[in-house]
Amino acid sequence: MKKISVVLAVVIATLGLASCSSTNPLDSSPSASAGGTAVVVGSANFPESELLAQIYAQALRAKGVTVTTKLNIGSRETYVPALKSGEINLIPEYTGAFAKYLNPDADTGTTEAALAAVKAALPANLTVLDPAPAQDNDSITVTKQTAETYGLTTIEDLVPHASQMVLGGPPEWKTRSYGVPGLKKTYGLQFKSFKALDTAGPLTVQALKNGQVQAANLFTTDPAITANGFVTLTDTKGFFGSQNVVPVVGTEVATTQVSDTLNAVSAKLDTSTLAGLVSQVVTDKKDADQVAQQWLQDVGLS
Amino acid sequence: MTWALNHVEDIGGLLASHAVLAAVPLLIGLLLAIPVGWLAHQQHWLRTPLVVGTGLLYTIPSLAMFIVMPLVLGTGILDPLNVVVALSIYTVALLVRTVADGLDAVPAQALDAATAMGIGTPRRFFTVELPLAVPVIAAGLRVAAVSNVSIVSVAALLGIPQLGSLFTDGFQRNFIDPIVVGIIACLILALVFDSLIGLFSRWLTPWLRPGSAT
Amino acid sequence: MTFLWQWLGDPANWVGPDGIWVRIGEHLVYSAITLVLAAALAIPLGLWVGHTGKARRLVVNVANGARALPTLGLLFLAVLVAGPLLPGDLAFAVPAILVLVILAIPPILAGAYAGVEAVDRQAVDAARGMGMVGHQVLLNVELPCALPLMLGGLRSAALQVIATATLAASVSLGGLGRFLIDGQAYRDYGQMAGGAVLVAALAMVVDVVFVGFQRLVVSPGLTSSVVTRRGLREHLSTN
Repeated sequence: MKKISVVLAVVIATLGLASCSSTNPLDSSPSASAGGTAVVVGSANFPESELLAQIYAQALRAKGVTVTTKLNIGSRETYVPALKSGEINLIPEYTGAFAKYLNPDADTGTTEAALAAVKAALPANLTVLDPAPAQDNDSITVTKQTAETYGLTTIEDLVPHASQMVLGGPPEWKTRSYGVPGLKKTYGLQFKSFKALDTAGPLTVQALKNGQVQAANLFTTDPAITANGFVTLTDTKGFFGSQNVVPVVGTEVATTQVSDTLNAVSAKLDTSTLAGLVSQVVTDKKDADQVAQQWLQDVGLS
Repeated sequence: MTWALNHVEDIGGLLASHAVLAAVPLLIGLLLAIPVGWLAHQQHWLRTPLVVGTGLLYTIPSLAMFIVMPLVLGTGILDPLNVVVALSIYTVALLVRTVADGLDAVPAQALDAATAMGIGTPRRFFTVELPLAVPVIAAGLRVAAVSNVSIVSVAALLGIPQLGSLFTDGFQRNFIDPIVVGIIACLILALVFDSLIGLFSRWLTPWLRPGSAT
Repeated sequence: MTFLWQWLGDPANWVGPDGIWVRIGEHLVYSAITLVLAAALAIPLGLWVGHTGKARRLVVNVANGARALPTLGLLFLAVLVAGPLLPGDLAFAVPAILVLVILAIPPILAGAYAGVEAVDRQAVDAARGMGMVGHQVLLNVELPCALPLMLGGLRSAALQVIATATLAASVSLGGLGRFLIDGQAYRDYGQMAGGAVLVAALAMVVDVVFVGFQRLVVSPGLTSSVVTRRGLREHLSTN
């Protein structure tokens, strides 16, 4: 019965090899290629963020930068620590929301103010590059029927009716300054309750459609808004601020080449372009990496 | 299923990562469960605390386990090592009882015979007890393998790429194809693991095969 | 680990509409509904398979295959497919329960047919000799004799369901999973670890209740528990 000993030896040897080999999927440490900077692009857990991460990754690859991706990490509370610790060193962000994350009292009324607020609060090992003209804002969205019943066009119009309404949004909205507490502070909105759904994804759309929630957080670029005839309420007090797409980079990889490449990408990205690209991924079910590649080709960046 | 045909390469990559993330903890867990299970089998008073204690580990929800791991290990939150360690713990949780049961089921006569032949305790463990316990341990290992394949997919909620990434991707885009492909791939992987362990167990236990002289 | 005790020790976290007590209640309700539905399906089927021996291979293989289904994928699929067809709060609750039921069926089924199969053939022969017919044998002899193994199956299903019901929170439902999903979203380790500890504790309490229940209902003639436990193990491991 030497078989058992042989098996045990093989198992141990396999485990040993697995922990040394550099090509195995368990090895997560980004290895810098000779002479170049290795960029690890991360993304949040919604399709637009993954698409933007793919655009950044492929634009950089086209310039010969070594890039790996770690997509769909989670909410800001999850990926920012990974960014600070250097597990990832590039991620697409939104000026206003990121500024409010870093400093709950930040003024995010204009693109410039939001960017300045981000720069003021950013840790030294992180850098923001140029923001794109493209904005994708959080919103309070209702169904057409709700809007007509209560005569809603702005978020302020909700105030007298909110106590009978359930608000839906991502779980982190319950405590975030740009979620429930902020809405109360800025607009005096007090909803009957808050229902934690997903990050403006299919749960939110379904919950809004079938009346589990009466008002919900959707992204303004979301093709589901027009597809379902939803009404996005105007943010008269600028609560959600300016939400320009902006790359946040680890300072150690923010070389001139990386910065110039990403700034060139941002310059070409406006809101309708972004909405069109998101729609290709979400509605037409195309792959984010292919949509990214095609667009970069079309605008001459690959 | 044109989506599947257009993404064979991606699916293959995710399948490979999934297989590694499920299999490595299975081996680590087995290596850890053998000594612990042996202890539970050997020391009567240790049996209940060991079997119940390790069994309890299995009730810790996987999502929590994955997220708390970095605090315990000092790893980064995106490190696949978190998944490997968490699944190794689940494997141990399932296997300690099995190993102890397997060793209990070894006939006392076989042990007495080995002792009478002058085989010392350590050698007797590896040459008599463990081989005779293989069928029971293999049965437990199959359960653990199938369970690991399912649990690995939860790590997609933390952005660790494997077949579960197809679930989150499909869900976020309200797109059923990737989810169905992911489920089928998980089933196939579980089946492969199950068959491999079955074959392996047969190879290790020639005396149980029909027609064998002994 | 001080954050864990801080979170568990804060009385404010225990009360209110999203407090720990409410979440434990929701968790138990989901788990109970799941177990009742799964038992209603799996126990009659298991008894029938065990009693008649019909379709045994098929049932055993399908049940074992079901164990390999990835719960997360199944949940997402069920929500996307069934959600739009259901009104209001049922849209996410029904798919979540459905997935948990699928998870709970294999162990209950295995317990039921293994229980009947493990019944001493001599007891069955004796019953027939006393003039009992098929269903009488099943109800008066096989069922009570199979009870220990059946409850064993139910017990392991309950543990799995309680540990897995946390996933329901990822599709907006309540239960203790809320603390895990919300804790992850806010990076609140105390809440997350607290939620995990509560799930494990709940599983332990339910397990103890099951053991007590088992002692209560199982016929004293069957309490040579060594025999029955070994019977279950052999059955579960040979399948």
